[in-house]
Amino acid sequence: MNLGKLQAKQFSQLLNVHQMNSDKITKGVLLLSSFVILFVAGGMIFSLVEGAIPALKSFGLSFIWSNNWNPTEGKENYGALPFIAGTIITSVAALLISLPLSFSVSLFLGEYYRGTKIAKVLGTMVDLLAGIPSIVYGLWGFYVLRPLLIDLGLPNQGFGIFTASIILAIMIIPYATSLSNEIITMVPNELKEAAYSLGATRSEVIFSVVVPSARSGIIAGYILSFGRALGETMAVTMLIGNANIVPDGFFSTGNTMASVIANQFGEADGLKLSSLIAIGLLLFLLTGIINAIGKFIIKRMG
Amino acid sequence: MKNLALLILTVFILGACSNSSNKQGGEKAGTSKVTLTAAGATFPMPYYNMVFKNYTSEFGTLLTYGGIGSGGGIRSLTDKVVDFGATDAYLSDDKLAAMPAEVVHIPTVLGAVVIAYNLPGVDGLKLSNELLEKIFMGEITKWNDAAIKANNEGLALPDMEITFVHRSDGSGTTYIFSDYMTKISTKWADAVGTGKSLQWPVGMGAKGNPGVAGTISQTEGAIGYIGSEYAFAQKIQTALVQNSAGNYIEPSIASVSAAAKGEIPADTRIMLTNSADPESYPISGFTWIILYKEQNYDGRSKDQALATVTFLDWLVSADAQGQAEKVHYAPLPDAAAEKAKTILRSVTFDGLPLLK
Repeated sequence: MNLGKLQAKQFSQLLNVHQMNSDKITKGVLLLSSFVILFVAGGMIFSLVEGAIPALKSFGLSFIWSNNWNPTEGKENYGALPFIAGTIITSVAALLISLPLSFSVSLFLGEYYRGTKIAKVLGTMVDLLAGIPSIVYGLWGFYVLRPLLIDLGLPNQGFGIFTASIILAIMIIPYATSLSNEIITMVPNELKEAAYSLGATRSEVIFSVVVPSARSGIIAGYILSFGRALGETMAVTMLIGNANIVPDGFFSTGNTMASVIANQFGEADGLKLSSLIAIGLLLFLLTGIINAIGKFIIKRMG
Repeated sequence: MKNLALLILTVFILGACSNSSNKQGGEKAGTSKVTLTAAGATFPMPYYNMVFKNYTSEFGTLLTYGGIGSGGGIRSLTDKVVDFGATDAYLSDDKLAAMPAEVVHIPTVLGAVVIAYNLPGVDGLKLSNELLEKIFMGEITKWNDAAIKANNEGLALPDMEITFVHRSDGSGTTYIFSDYMTKISTKWADAVGTGKSLQWPVGMGAKGNPGVAGTISQTEGAIGYIGSEYAFAQKIQTALVQNSAGNYIEPSIASVSAAAKGEIPADTRIMLTNSADPESYPISGFTWIILYKEQNYDGRSKDQALATVTFLDWLVSADAQGQAEKVHYAPLPDAAAEKAKTILRSVTFDGLPLLK
């Protein structure tokens, strides 16, 4: 650490700022970085709104609930409903599929087998899931999961909402699990011991002491993972079938907001480009709303 | 801490080394050379990558090409951030009028769209115009449909669902495919039309040629369309398509090149689909490079302008065209190459032609 001190000393000498104390420097750096973040976020909202204006002008608010996405010249019409529906259905389904899994795993890690070797191994594996690039999930879904689903008799050659939801569920499990696990571990031992001393069984302790005192953190974990499902692109694109229609069932093909942007952005211009940016704006708003709801729930429960 | 400092120092020194070597290389190449920047269509990319590199090693002009899609190529030229753009679909009269200045098209090479399918043991599938319409409009849904059987006597067509795989991204490949479908089927023309991306009556989308090819090869009973450069390189099972003379033609370099043997307008803006040549593969097309006719804009130097047209003149010469087949593209027929050269000689700097 001596070297560090030495460098800091030289640094301050170099700048000739003997009087300036480290508090001031820290404050300045923090202010600057916060300002940069604010500026970037503001700039993104501005450019999204600016780019979306032509589409919103030509289609009005019906852009949100029109299900006609027709890029053919002369018949051009863009409606975001197929993608909004696809995004919400796949994300909600993924959340529902992942819910029992990540909840069980977090209890397993944070309560039942806390601190044991098996919990450490399992915890590492779950964290590892979060680090796998989404294209790898997509490939796995395409070459392993899809043939399996075809064998089970799924229509559309295994492509569609259902397949995409399963992959999304696996992808978001680590987010919900890690956060819930952390919070469950933090529940004070005194609380649990008090319940045990009153004669409560282990499951009673878990469901009437541990989960209630950790619930805001657990919910925050699920909201985080839901937000992640909303924006996921690559793996979904590879499995959802990319049909620009409002899905007419759980096994139907469809498309999501992030996926259609990634797919069509390269060759888009004019009104189509503007419509894609408008979808980006809607996705931004959707994520914002979900976050706001999440914060509200946490506040109510906290 | 000490180790960290050492590491940073090492990285720094290495960085400095590579910097200085870069600089030397740059100076050496940059003494009398210019750098040309281009961007656009992904379809001709393997060809451009190869010939651009060969041109650099032969003549020294540095060339960079960004495969960002035809739309991106047109945008880049509009924004004047490239020396020339590349596109698979020529600019319509409306789009030409919307450009900031007059733009010319130079055809560079020919490609095709093949109909690929996955039916093990069923080779040489013949598809008439009527069958193409019915399959892609979703009217025929089984491979053992009587209409397909009648057209393919002797082939063991299985009792299997037809799964149509199309592109999910906007693409010049889709444009050529749908342009052909529009020409052969009024039903398609009314319901779907021509475009880089479409409202599909049936099927599912996959991203890029690799995506479509991968989905087809992983899915028995699948059919779809793929850029020929990709299909030829991967040796994918392809169907014979009926051309306007009624012949069933297998896609090949020769049959694709034959599509450009007919009459071509002076500005070369023509879709070659459904060509009248009896030997031609009907889903073929040019890919173009686009540039401004007056090269003195945005403070460009005359050297830069001259390097641009000199390179393009080489690109349509026999020298470059001879290399096209290596990467599975069809070379321009002589008449088309002549037209391209004539157009290049109309490109000016301050109103004076750059090439003689």
